[in-house]
Formats: sequence, C-alpha cells, structure tokens
Amino acid sequence: MITWIRSGSIVDTLKGLIRKADILIKDDIISAIGIIPSELKQKNQRVKIIDAEGMLIIPGLIDMHVHLREPGHEYKETILSGSIAAVSGGFTSIACMPNTDPVNDNRAVTEFIIRRGKSAGFAKIYPIACISKKQEGKTLTEFGDIKDAGAVGVSDDGMPVINSELMRRATEYASYHGLTIISHSEDTSLSRGGVMNEGDISTAIGLTGIPSINEEIMVSRDILIAKFTKCPVHIAHVSTAGSVEIIKRGKEAGILVTAETAPHYFTLDHRAVTGYDSNTKMNPPLRTPEDVLAIKNGLADGIIDAIATDHAPHSTLEKDVEFDKAAFGIIGLETALPLTLALVRAGVISLPEAIKKLSLNPARILGIPGGQLEPGLPADLAIINPDYEYILKKEDILSKSKNSPFIGKALKGRNELTMIGGKIVWER
Amino acid sequence: MRLFEHKDLLSIDQLSIADIELILDMAESFKEISNRDIKKVPTLRGKTVVNLFYEPSTRTRSSFEIAAKRLSADTFNLSSSNSSTIKGETLIDTGMNLQAMNPDVIILRHSSTGAPHMMAKAVSSGVINAGDGINEHPTQALLDLFTIREKKGRIEGLKIVIIGDISHSRVAKSNIKGLKKLGADVTVSGPPTMVPIGIENYGINVIHNPSEAIRKKDVIMLLRIQFERQSNILFPGIREYAKYFGVTRKMIELANDDAIIMHPGPINRGVELASEVIDSPGSVILEQVKNGVAIRMAILYLLIGGSSK
Repeated sequence: MITWIRSGSIVDTLKGLIRKADILIKDDIISAIGIIPSELKQKNQRVKIIDAEGMLIIPGLIDMHVHLREPGHEYKETILSGSIAAVSGGFTSIACMPNTDPVNDNRAVTEFIIRRGKSAGFAKIYPIACISKKQEGKTLTEFGDIKDAGAVGVSDDGMPVINSELMRRATEYASYHGLTIISHSEDTSLSRGGVMNEGDISTAIGLTGIPSINEEIMVSRDILIAKFTKCPVHIAHVSTAGSVEIIKRGKEAGILVTAETAPHYFTLDHRAVTGYDSNTKMNPPLRTPEDVLAIKNGLADGIIDAIATDHAPHSTLEKDVEFDKAAFGIIGLETALPLTLALVRAGVISLPEAIKKLSLNPARILGIPGGQLEPGLPADLAIINPDYEYILKKEDILSKSKNSPFIGKALKGRNELTMIGGKIVWER
Repeated sequence: MRLFEHKDLLSIDQLSIADIELILDMAESFKEISNRDIKKVPTLRGKTVVNLFYEPSTRTRSSFEIAAKRLSADTFNLSSSNSSTIKGETLIDTGMNLQAMNPDVIILRHSSTGAPHMMAKAVSSGVINAGDGINEHPTQALLDLFTIREKKGRIEGLKIVIIGDISHSRVAKSNIKGLKKLGADVTVSGPPTMVPIGIENYGINVIHNPSEAIRKKDVIMLLRIQFERQSNILFPGIREYAKYFGVTRKMIELANDDAIIMHPGPINRGVELASEVIDSPGSVILEQVKNGVAIRMAILYLLIGGSSK
C-alpha cells in the first residue's frame, strides 16, 4: 500500500524549516520526501493520494502529560475515549499519568494500560508509573519491573513527593533504569486549602490563594537534587515566572533539568477565574499576567522544552459544584494545537519550534520514538489547517468529559487528518 | 422602569452609588415600621422568601426573617442540617428543587465563595448573598453604611478603620468596597498574616499597628476573630491577639472625640474588643443589629416588591 501526500508544507522539527514537498509512504514507513514524479500514479494502481495543498504536515504530536482515568474512573475518560480525543487533536502518542484507581504502581496495571491502548487502536499509549507505592511517598515502586512492562517514566503526579530523600533516591534509581522522572513540584503545606493563585484577584473575589512559592520551592529542591545526583529530572506543568528563572539557572549550570508547560499557562491568567467558572480551576492554578509572559519567554528561549496538555477529564459531578469543592484540572488534547498556533501567530516562537515542543522534545525527554518526519521512519503524522477558524462547541468535544474553559471561545487552526504507521486513524 | 434593576444581590461590586443610596434611603423609611406597635405592613403579601443557610447564623438569619415577616412575606428556613444536603444533594439540585416551588427570593449563606453566584445562574428567582465563604456579605456592609450615615450624616470624606482578620472576613471585603464607592477614607489594620495581598488595590491604607491605625479616625470597625476556623500558623493564639491587637479604651482615646465603634458580631469580649469599649457611649453595635432589619426590608422590597416581576 502506497500513500502519496501531495503539495503540503512539511514542518521539519529537526532543521527548524518549513518546506513544500510531497511525502510518499510505503505501508507504515515514510519512503520519500520531496517532489514525487506524477507518473507514479500511472505506474501503480494502488496509490492513495491525499491532497494537502494549503495544509501543514507535522510529525504526529506527542503529549507527555495526560490523565486517561482508566482503570477506575471510566465515567470521566477511558483509554479508548482519550485516545480518540488525542488523535482528533493531532496527537499520535500520549503518556498517561498513574493516578488512576488502582494507581499504576506495578507491572499488572502498566500491562493493562498498554493492552487497552493497543486494543483501542488509536494513539500510542505510553504509561507513566508511580514513583512511590500507592503514591504515598514512602517506598519506591519496582522501577525495573515496570520499565520492563513498558512504562517510560515515573511520577507521583497530583501527589507530590514531599520526602526529599525519596525524591533523591528516585532520581538515582530511575536514571539507572532509563526511566524519566517527572516532578509535580508542589509544596502542599503552602497550598493547602488554596483553589486559585494567591494575588490581587484571589483577594478581590474572595477565594483562598495558592502562592507561587509553593511551586518554586519544590522546583528549586528538585533541581538541587538533580545537581547533587547528576541524574536528570523533568519538571511538569511549570506555571510561574520564578520557576522559569530557577530552571534557567539550572540549565545554565549544566544540571540535567527539562521542563514542560501547558497551553492554559500561556493562554489564560488568574483574571479568568473571576466569575467562578470551575473550568478555570486547575493545579497549578492560572497565575498572573507577568507569569504568563515569563512562560512565553521561557518557551521562546528554550528554557521550557515541551508543551504538554495535563489533560485532566472531570465530569459534571466534580465540576458543577461550588468552586472550592470542584476538582482541579481541565481537558486539553483537543485544544493544544490551536492554542499553540496562537503563540506562533503572536510571534512568540516559530512554527517548527512550536511543533518541536509538542513532538520531538517530549519524545526525547521520554526516550520514545517520533517527533520527526524522515524517510525510513514510521509515518506518524498529522495534516493540519492552520487558518481554519471556529468556535469550540461542547458537543464537538470527543473526550468523555467537557471541562474546558475554551468552550465558546474562538480558536484558529485545526487538525484535519491523523496517521499512525501509515494508517489514517482519524479524518475530519 | 424599576427602581432597582437587579435580579439578585450578590456583591457590592454590582451596585452603583445610586443603587446604594436608594437602598439606604429606602431603609430609612422602613426603619420606622419596627418602632410601631403593629410591626407589619402588607407590602410583600403573597411573596415567598426562602432562608437557605449552609452555615450557622443567628443574627443574619433572624434579621432576614423578621424583615420578611414585617413586610408580610411568607418565609421558610432551610439549614444544611435539615435539608437534603446531608443526603448528598448538590447545591444546584437544591436550588432547582426550591425553584420548582416558585419562591420569589432565596437568601443564601454558604461556606463556599461564589455559591450564591452559582445559585443565581441556576434559578430564575432572586438570590441574596447572606455571606459566601471569605468573599462578601453585602447586606452587612449596607447596614453598616446605613448606620454610619445615620450617626455621622455622611460617608464621603470620613476616616474609617477596619481592624482584624481582613483576609478571612467577608464583612471587611464588602465594607471596603462599599465605603470606597461612597468616598470614605479607609484604613485596614491587623497582623500582617491577616492582611491579604493586593488589598491596597482598593485605594486603602494598611497600618498594621492598631493604635496608630485608630488615630484621628471617625469610625472604628472591629471584626470577629475566628480562631476556631484558623490554623495556629496564621496567629499564635487568642492571648497574643488580645494583647497586641485587641482594642482597649485607651486606644479609642486616640480616635476623634465623636468616633463610633462598630462590630458585626458575634463579639469575643476581651479579645478583639475590650468589654468597657463595647458598652461605651460610642458603641453603635446594637444599632447595627436594629438597622439590619430595616436594610433587609429595603433590599427585599427592592428585589421582589411591586408587580413587575
């Protein structure tokens, strides 16, 4: 089977270029990129032609921070529904966090997730297992066994590792097994009871604040641990200017630290919480306009390596309640692309750089394939229309949960087709 | 056109200066009713008022109930202990169920900030915020404004100090907003752990030391210290608070001679305020309670009175 994607503009994440060219795919592998002679069609009857004139062809996006809720909270999302949401948003690989029920702290759960991901048959699913058993922050999980079972990283996302000794040992042991350690950096003693960023807005609207230092103190700690152990650490969902500055200094000192942020942290600030919409409640919280600016600069300067959604589905049961009682988190798989393209249009980062942060960089951090389009590599890609404008409607969301603050908002840029291993898995 | 173009009373923010003056003027005419022998007028006959209280309250709930009854409205009380909340019903569902019985106004007190705003979106009847979390208590602020205006003849230009836990006080928050709207010069005072970030954005002064803060003020407003709700990280304890932040007669002498002393109640005698000050001639604390009924009559009348609903 040969597929010929004609006349698209290919985003080269490696060279940082966009070039107009055709892509030829044989079975599951990209066989050629360039100008394909048009007589190809006559020679071979079995060529599927996809016209991509005016479209961008990007490597399949990779989301290194997703909550799929299965096992345990299937009413919010399943591996199947989350995979479909992912491919519709242009993602071909997603890494799922372990705070399910039961949590993913052993081989059996890791294998279950991989099996469910394969039978779903949409995005490639890469499990991230717990750092500590039951996410209790006491004993390490069996890193070797869960790595063998297919986990790519470890994190106690949602339940930060407070015990510094445990975090230190986790970086050392994860490094030995080649597992990426992902830090949910939060000093919970500073954020207890808080539901939004602590600042002039929390004072004005009477909600309990979460100070920026709750994140920055733990980012500092984990970078110091990485420095001491000479083992890498990845900082999840960076939200404050202070964190960006601390990570910058860490990188300058040659410490093995990488970082991600989520689209909402460069799109919205804490003023969005006025009105008490629980879809503006997430952890870390939306911060100040100055923080948003620092996040953008951090992306531009390469301090922040990756954009990850922190896709966190919650049903109306958790969200249609009083603001302080609502669950933290929003979905993101279906809005990451347009929100990131807005950064490109605003001149914050180039298009290849933006796509790299959504694909190649997270792939490298997790040590998984993908993120570039080259002959000889699997044909995981998305064809996107960067100019398509639309209003996000609740009924168009494919994720099982609809907790997005962008419902009703105008977005620009949409995924049209997603291909994994040469197979079209999603087409508008 | 209606006098008062609001479905709900959720926040002082939503009120214009004219709205506030209308409420205060209206309260002035309603106040007289409470002094009559027969304390009842037929103004809200046939209207239904629901008191939905998710937090304990004596003063505010009885004040609303008396106000509604003096206007001949039918009232009924629901508290979290006798409602379906303990059976797990959500706030919105409770609201929708009440809605089905067609009340005219729901008076809601709730420990969650924004709960009345949420209720107001869900139901077509009016909603009055009777205190939400640490956010606002608009009717308390309005009765305080009324009391100040009554005692001082004006609000604009008065020097007012609010002392206590500003961070966790909805009374302080609503009063700051209301007093600033009407042109008062506002100072807040209390330990730094109890003064929130960004409060100065309201154009007010922050003087942590209460003696300094009281100096040359026309109005001294105290807040209840709620040690039962706070961790001991915020402040060491009652004894320390009373010693360094409790207001005494000696401190009151630093204020202007005719200064009035206010407190939204319930008072911790000898903690935020010395007993001798509470019972001193400058104290208008019981006047506040009395005026609370008049203000709530005015608000109920403006929200649901007349036939244009």
